[in-house]
Amino acid sequence: MRQFDFMGKRRLAFIVSAVLLLVSIGSLVVQQLNLGLDFTGGTLVEVRYATAPALDMVRQALESEGFRDVSVQTFGASNEILIRLQQDFDPDVGQQVVSLLRGDGAEVELIRAEFVGAQVGEQLRDQSGMGMLVALGIVMLYVAFRFQYKFAIGALLALVHDVIIVVGVFSLFQLDFDLTVLAALLAVIGYSLNDTIVVYDRIRETIRKSRIDDMPAIFNEAINMTLSRTLATSGTTLLVLIALLLLGGDMIHYFSIALIIGVVVGTFSSIYVAAALLLMVKLQRQDLIPAKKEDPEEEGEEQLP
Amino acid sequence: MLNRYPLWKYLLILLVLVVGLIYSLPNLYQADPAVQISSARSEAPLSEQRLAQIQSALDEAGISVSATDVADDGVLIRLAEADDQLAARELIGDILDDDDYVIAINLAESTPQWLQSFAASPMTLGLDLRGGVHFLLEVDMDAAVEQRLEVNASAMREMLRGERIRYRNTEIDGRDLTLTFINDEDRDRARTLISREFPDFDYSNQGDGRGASLVMTMTDQAVNELQDYAVNQNLTTLRNRVDELGVAEPMVQRQGPDRIVVELPGVQDTAAAKRVVGATANLEFRLEARPDTPDNEIETFSFRNDESRTADLMRDVILTGDSVSNANRSFDENGRPQVNINLDGTGGTLMNRATRTNIGRNMAVLFIEHNTRTTTVIEDGEEVEVREPYTERGLISLATIQSALGNSFRITGLDSPTEAADLALLLRSGSLAAPIYFVQERTIGPSLGQDNIDRGVTSIMVGLALVVLFMLVRYKVFGVIANIALTINLTLLVAAMSMLGATLTLPGIAGMVLTLGMAVDANVLIFERIREELRGGLSVQQAIHAGYERAFTSIIDANITTLLVAVILFSIGTGPVKGFAVTLSLGIMTSMFTALLVTRAMVNLTYGGKPVKKIWI
Repeated sequence: MRQFDFMGKRRLAFIVSAVLLLVSIGSLVVQQLNLGLDFTGGTLVEVRYATAPALDMVRQALESEGFRDVSVQTFGASNEILIRLQQDFDPDVGQQVVSLLRGDGAEVELIRAEFVGAQVGEQLRDQSGMGMLVALGIVMLYVAFRFQYKFAIGALLALVHDVIIVVGVFSLFQLDFDLTVLAALLAVIGYSLNDTIVVYDRIRETIRKSRIDDMPAIFNEAINMTLSRTLATSGTTLLVLIALLLLGGDMIHYFSIALIIGVVVGTFSSIYVAAALLLMVKLQRQDLIPAKKEDPEEEGEEQLP
Repeated sequence: MLNRYPLWKYLLILLVLVVGLIYSLPNLYQADPAVQISSARSEAPLSEQRLAQIQSALDEAGISVSATDVADDGVLIRLAEADDQLAARELIGDILDDDDYVIAINLAESTPQWLQSFAASPMTLGLDLRGGVHFLLEVDMDAAVEQRLEVNASAMREMLRGERIRYRNTEIDGRDLTLTFINDEDRDRARTLISREFPDFDYSNQGDGRGASLVMTMTDQAVNELQDYAVNQNLTTLRNRVDELGVAEPMVQRQGPDRIVVELPGVQDTAAAKRVVGATANLEFRLEARPDTPDNEIETFSFRNDESRTADLMRDVILTGDSVSNANRSFDENGRPQVNINLDGTGGTLMNRATRTNIGRNMAVLFIEHNTRTTTVIEDGEEVEVREPYTERGLISLATIQSALGNSFRITGLDSPTEAADLALLLRSGSLAAPIYFVQERTIGPSLGQDNIDRGVTSIMVGLALVVLFMLVRYKVFGVIANIALTINLTLLVAAMSMLGATLTLPGIAGMVLTLGMAVDANVLIFERIREELRGGLSVQQAIHAGYERAFTSIIDANITTLLVAVILFSIGTGPVKGFAVTLSLGIMTSMFTALLVTRAMVNLTYGGKPVKKIWI
């Protein structure tokens, strides 16, 4: 079987990662995220016309009735319209908008109306940030406990890397960042971690078995051995995600996009961030020796023919 | 012997599969569109004639009924077409034209009897899948504190008058209640008297002589207790109100310290729902002031239907709407709407005592509504929402007391029959202990719900098909095994969600699809390992054994970390995120079970203990 020299290319990979991170952070600083209604608060009304209307007409009709800061766009089909009203909430705004639009004799059906108070959005923002930090912290502890602290650092940085890049892409292209995207982001953490752990597990095993001390070579061997698994799993996951993106409808559109980016970046980072970082923190065989005594299953494995 | 399971392991796996199958089956039976009729008061069950009348009316309108279930608590009419639901409800509403019945559209389970005997039922569909409204309400604590202080101030004034201590003024500001007296002695006497009865305050003196005042500040503990009380009381009231609305399977739940979630599946008329859920209306009964009443005991109000007409009322309240035990709308001789009111025991006594001694005086009914006004102001360059609670008080009637009133009487002076009906409903369900306002609202139309289900199912099907194909091509015989395991995994996941009573939402479906993709991971790890061991020169049996054994730690570590993330997601998330987290964590558990035990059992049954030379992997 062909062996790829993954570790030999790590400098190039670092440059790629660094560029991606810089662009992401730059974009986050300059134009922030296009936060969805869940986080900013505001009012949103989705309606369906029998026949596609002219967006300008809809906007004018609304503005002439005193709705301020109206944003009108099509959503999915050309006859489905999404209307956003910033911070201008009135109890029955959904019905008001519908009856207003019906005023010119058009057939209009209310699909959904949402209102989120500004304060709720703000709390959600804080809560999500907090949740993300807690998730990362606990995962790091688990990895430090099951492997070794150097692995924990590598895994953590890989996760941070993935999260920043996914969020960065959403910022760069100003995609809607809503609650489902947040869920996707957390799923990305789960997925990328899964991937990293599999690679780490193999690296640990290979280090214990091998007689040489050439870490890059050991890493290469381990990564090559998990490569077909990595590709198969990413492949199947991407297959379903693409199905979700194409068929799942508009409400989970951005969810799918976030996960697709996340799976690709997560697979890359398991090899080039998580594993390559172990070289930078100078992982040595000795780091894993004390752990060996505490691990009875591992002993059992060694006895196999 | 390698690759053999003891019999009990096969039996255990079989048991799990059978249980999984039974509990996932109800999801295959689609729920029937239905109209539910329940009697608002238990003593009025639907009579046979009424039922027959309804059925013939439905027949006439061309609405086909597929079944009618009569139960103790009401009647469920199952319809053949979902489109007929609204029309059917209206028809039935016309026939049962009184307050005694609650008519709601509903989705009725159609799980067969034999499955129901296992207590198996389908997953509940979330609002995004069946349509409906979702409200997030916040209890306005500032207003609650102010209300409590007003009540206390009224009681304190009464006490002071009883002891003949003269006070000049009462003032409420935030959590402070300030009483002003004429001199120091009065203040000191009042302080001793009041502090004995009201332990919830911190007391301090301010000023002296004619400016002597007593400042009472509510303690933190008292405020916290008030908050708990207010939220719980509001929960009860909201439940009563939602029940009156006649919604099938409503949800009213506390969320965090001061918020309440209300979900009304199937409700499309948000305006009506909001009017009832969010209404903070209450009534107060007061006597009209006499010409010789001192100014500080008088409050002036204008009439609701005529702003220019005003009346001077006593500051003290005889009783409020909280003492009402039952209320109904009806019409008086002239066809004007009125509300018939029954008071509870204490209310009746209070009313009787107040009216008995005041025959010939006027009594006023005051309509009170707490509202909030939201304005946006620019502060430090940022838009900030400022909420300003205000209370509208208006007279609805002022009538001469002809004779002593007892437990029941009626009030008139309402603008419209709808207003009368709403007021009766509010008085019946109880008033809110503290004003609430809407911080979040979602309305999902039924068409979007069906759309979401269809799309979710399609993407699951297509995703599943793609993965199945991929596994077949890559792992051949083992691919078949993995695919059977994947189907079992999906069944178990659905069964687990149904058993836990989890709500299926759109992100939940996405979680299921994602789980499918990741579920094969464990199998892939094992199969790759077996291939590797085969290449390493192990015999078939040894390779299979080593493959499962060595992939084990990887699978456990990888899944536990993902599970940790899912659990955190569940604990911090709300609504849709929670749904996703539940599906993801259950998916991880079922996929570990199927990959480690079920596929192993299948591999063992196929190859275990046989002299196999070559395997297709």
